[in-house]
Amino acid sequence: MIQAKGIHKQFGALHVLKGVDLDVAERELVFIIGPSGSGKSTMLRCLNRLEVPTSGSVVVDGIDLLDPRTDLNHARQRIGMVFQSFNLYPHMTALGNVTLALRKVAGKSRAEADEIGHAALARVGLAERADHRPGQLSGGQQQRVAIARAIALEPRVMLFDEPTSALDPELVGSVLGVMRALRESGMTMVVVSHEMGFARAAADRVMFMDDGLIVEQGPPAQIFEAPLHARTRGFISQIQRH
Amino acid sequence: MGGWERFTETFLNAKVMARYWPDIVSGLGTTIELAALIVVSGLAAGLALAVLRSFGIRVVNWGIIFVVDLFRALPPLVIIVLIYFGLPSIDVVPSGFVSTWLSLALVLMAFSEEIFWAGITAIPRGQWEAARSTGLGFTQTLAHVILPQALRITIPPLTNRTIAITKGTALGSVVAVTEILGQASSAVSNSYNPSPLTLGAAAYLVLFIPVVVFGRWVERKFR
Repeated sequence: MIQAKGIHKQFGALHVLKGVDLDVAERELVFIIGPSGSGKSTMLRCLNRLEVPTSGSVVVDGIDLLDPRTDLNHARQRIGMVFQSFNLYPHMTALGNVTLALRKVAGKSRAEADEIGHAALARVGLAERADHRPGQLSGGQQQRVAIARAIALEPRVMLFDEPTSALDPELVGSVLGVMRALRESGMTMVVVSHEMGFARAAADRVMFMDDGLIVEQGPPAQIFEAPLHARTRGFISQIQRH
Repeated sequence: MGGWERFTETFLNAKVMARYWPDIVSGLGTTIELAALIVVSGLAAGLALAVLRSFGIRVVNWGIIFVVDLFRALPPLVIIVLIYFGLPSIDVVPSGFVSTWLSLALVLMAFSEEIFWAGITAIPRGQWEAARSTGLGFTQTLAHVILPQALRITIPPLTNRTIAITKGTALGSVVAVTEILGQASSAVSNSYNPSPLTLGAAAYLVLFIPVVVFGRWVERKFR
């Protein structure tokens, strides 16, 4: 589903990604962990071209994202993204947030879009909140609206960039619950997060990134309990202390 | 004649006022017409420039910044005089009305462009990213996500600036525009009495107090 090869990303003199390969199979859930500044969010953002890699190739669902002839806006409908800070449109209702791209990009009529939007909000458990503005919702609810906004477009892949890091601890569960349901529905997912419990339960593969490179990867049990590299061990023991 | 009588005779002369108030009312009409034209065209041009600037084409943006800084730096009266007396030398002969409209619209365009631009850049990057990640194009994102939020935060500073510039219509009297001040001045010359100026001041209050009150309401509502 995703084939990223030899991804380099430089911001001026700063070399953030130093040749990362990432292959994700259909229905696979890949977890990316690593210290801040390791390049994991940048890597994720290369997968829908919010960042343009300095070199390398990114192919998602058979579409070459770095080919200048690619219709990027069309491709992005197939790649849902959820952000750490939700990024809901504050001037629109929850339903408005979910239906904007359905109407403007997917070309649905307002009635069709509303129907799909209501269904997407129901999937994240917020059918009753369709008319609320983001400011009237809790952080967990906002993040679930953001997930609904992405899944309403029926993406082939979902990217999650630290979806629970900005949430109060008691709100994390509801978001993880939605992600688990999405996983069970067979969605291909790439998740940057430190939710170890979720990773253990749901991930097929965990990647540890440090300093712009993938240090090691494997099944969650291996990475969390028997990491091969000293850097992975150090990082795992650090986040487990919290 | 006492001091008070001399004052009323000079500034509140009933006979003079009765004779010249129709002129002042006609001036009020001209001022309203001029002000409306300046506000509509100035704000529209300012918004258009700010939107154009957001496309980030370097050469275009240098041009925008140059024009905007130019019209923010020049005193409006200087622009009016330059247009009114300068353009005829290239065989374009604008009336005083058109010169004043054009000048103040350009000044409002320059200031409002900066305000709109500040509003656009104040919207967090995440809003762009979220919209683009769902497949919306640059222009769609600007139109549906960025501008609705940006306009909301620009309304208070925009209202203030618009009022300040619109009052500059009085400068039109210098190039023979028969707006409020122009009518009042000629009435003063014809009657040898300054009472028409009092009427003119009253006309400005009638026009601008509601606008100022409206501005305060808008500011409270959107801040």
